Amino acid sequence: MSIATVSFEPKPSLPPPVATAGLLGWLRANLFSSWLNAAFTLATLYLLWRVLPPIFDWMIAEAVWVGDKTEECKNADETRKGGACWIYVRARVSGFMYGLYPYDLRWRVDLAGAVALALMVPVFIKAMPYRAIYGLAAILLVPALASLLFYGWYDFPPNVPEAQTHPWRVVETAKWGGLSLTLLIAWVGIGASLPIGVVLALGRRSKMPIVSALCVGFIELWRGVPLITVMFMSSVMLPLFLPEGVTFDKLLRALIGVTLFSAAYLAEVVRGGLQAIPRGQFEAASALGLSYPKSMALIVLPQALKIVIPGIVNSFIGLFKDTTLVAIIGMYDFLGAVALGNADPKWLGYAVEGYVFAALFYFVFCFSMSRYSLALERKLNTGHKR
Amino acid sequence: MSAAVKDHVQNLATGEVAVQMVGVHKWYGEFHVLKDINLTVHHGERIVICGPSGSGKSTLIRCINRLEEHQKGQIVVQGTELTNDLKQIDAIRREVGMVFQQFNLFPHLTVLENCCLALIWVRKMPRKDAEEIAMKYLTRVRIPEQALKYPGQLSGGQQQRVAIARSLCMNPKVMLFDEPTSALDPEMIKEVLDVMIGLAEDGMTMLCVTHEMGFAQKVANRVIFMDLGEIVEQNTPTEFFNNPQSDRTKLFLSQILRH
Ligand SMILES: Nc1ncnc2c1ncn2[C@@H]1O[C@H](COP(=O)(O)OP(=O)(O)O)[C@@H](O)[C@H]1O
Ligand SMILES: [Mg+2]
Repeated sequence: MSIATVSFEPKPSLPPPVATAGLLGWLRANLFSSWLNAAFTLATLYLLWRVLPPIFDWMIAEAVWVGDKTEECKNADETRKGGACWIYVRARVSGFMYGLYPYDLRWRVDLAGAVALALMVPVFIKAMPYRAIYGLAAILLVPALASLLFYGWYDFPPNVPEAQTHPWRVVETAKWGGLSLTLLIAWVGIGASLPIGVVLALGRRSKMPIVSALCVGFIELWRGVPLITVMFMSSVMLPLFLPEGVTFDKLLRALIGVTLFSAAYLAEVVRGGLQAIPRGQFEAASALGLSYPKSMALIVLPQALKIVIPGIVNSFIGLFKDTTLVAIIGMYDFLGAVALGNADPKWLGYAVEGYVFAALFYFVFCFSMSRYSLALERKLNTGHKR
Repeated sequence: MSAAVKDHVQNLATGEVAVQMVGVHKWYGEFHVLKDINLTVHHGERIVICGPSGSGKSTLIRCINRLEEHQKGQIVVQGTELTNDLKQIDAIRREVGMVFQQFNLFPHLTVLENCCLALIWVRKMPRKDAEEIAMKYLTRVRIPEQALKYPGQLSGGQQQRVAIARSLCMNPKVMLFDEPTSALDPEMIKEVLDVMIGLAEDGMTMLCVTHEMGFAQKVANRVIFMDLGEIVEQNTPTEFFNNPQSDRTKLFLSQILRH
């Protein structure tokens, strides 16, 4: 029996169906796939057309960018359609950064910022030995150093001339403010709340009933009250409970409030991660002779924290924005400093510019945190799926 | 103290005995999972434990390194009694290695780091020495070339061999295996059993929960049959398979040997 030879000649591929190719195809598939879809697309386009051009005009095209006096904005308002007065922001930016901090000492705040940056750089260098340990040390050291630089160390009585002039004279925390205060609070809050949150999460899962009850109680208490109440309590109520004569810095109280509040939320996030780690991991570590703290630190927590990076960063973003609530207790953080600037009699009427600037700043900051967390997740995810 | 117990205690003194369980009971809440377990394992002995699912085999061997706590009776390992004293538990875990059904490798560490971890953090060994030891045992389980990979990149059989190497690094006197091949595809079972047979030939004291009857026949000194939390029968493999005494054993053997 002979087998017929079949000649095989590849035929040219057909072009893709017209409707799915190119820009037109993409538009049809994604924006006009049905009548309802098409209606939504058109409605959205209309809205964007109504909203975006005015925003663009106000923020960029019609805005006043050069100059340094109110009059320049006032004059511009007559000739133009009334764009933003950005020179106001430029004129006040120093106040936004430093709040009420004495003018002649602002270099100390700058120095603190420079020290913080310099100490943090090695954390991002891959070849750095003991990077994790160094990073932890830096995170704890930076706010301590910064606070010292902010505060200074020569406490003169008010009647000597040095009290007004000395470069290292003490600046009370009530004078700290602006962006530098926001960053300090956020840094302390983030650095301290994560370890406390981890301890609370571990405590909550403890087999010892008293430990776990204490942790549950603590977490639920802090989660059950709004931060604004915590702020009020710390500034108004707490002094009532302290013994006569004992004072307790207002900023410190706010810091403790923010930290514990955030720690309670983080504890729940971390607990979610701990629950996702199979028991076998802990058992294998125990069987190898690792003690409970070592099993947790080396085996369980690295895996659990990796899983909940998005939740942790989410909490950090929340904490960062919540720092604005220190305004309640009379401290001028970044937003507070902006509000203070808006009340400047020389620049009345430009509050919108101030708030838009603040909003943009908060957005850029929070958005970068979120991007960084995504990058971190991707980096930690290579190679070892479970 | 019964005569049997006195006898056991005598044995302990001579250092012949690796693991000794006397009148051990355990409950999970109301559920009586181990009932009056008496078991003595001498150095160099290879014990295979079998029995239907849920009969308490895992619980039994997990009591030996205190992954589970017994509520009554006495467990002595390498001359140290298991109590609530953390020092004693540590001392016992240093002598006892364990291999799990689900491997339980640490997924965020490389194979080499998995093996070095306990040497560095429990034995306080410098990293370089630890890596040397780890490579020695990885070579012994025949996967030195995978040292820098992550567990997730290995096959099941390879992972289980890494888990065995990881235990061996700590130089245990007793090895516990809890169904080490049950989570493996059939073609990978042999590579793991071969490693275990090698260990047995080198004289390691082993307690294996397994249903690999070929393995039992080849290496076990004794086969223990458990049902409903009790040791129903124990015998040499030849006697156990050819001449089972109790009806429960006969039923169990007929079920697992049918296929
Ligand atoms: N943590 C636990 N809590 C309650 N019951 C358990 C627990 N672990 C195991 N058991 C029960 O104990 C019995 C024995 O379990 P196990 O020792 O794992 O059996 P085997 O390994 O022989 O299959 C089973 O019925 C199981 O459901
Ligand atoms: Mg089992």
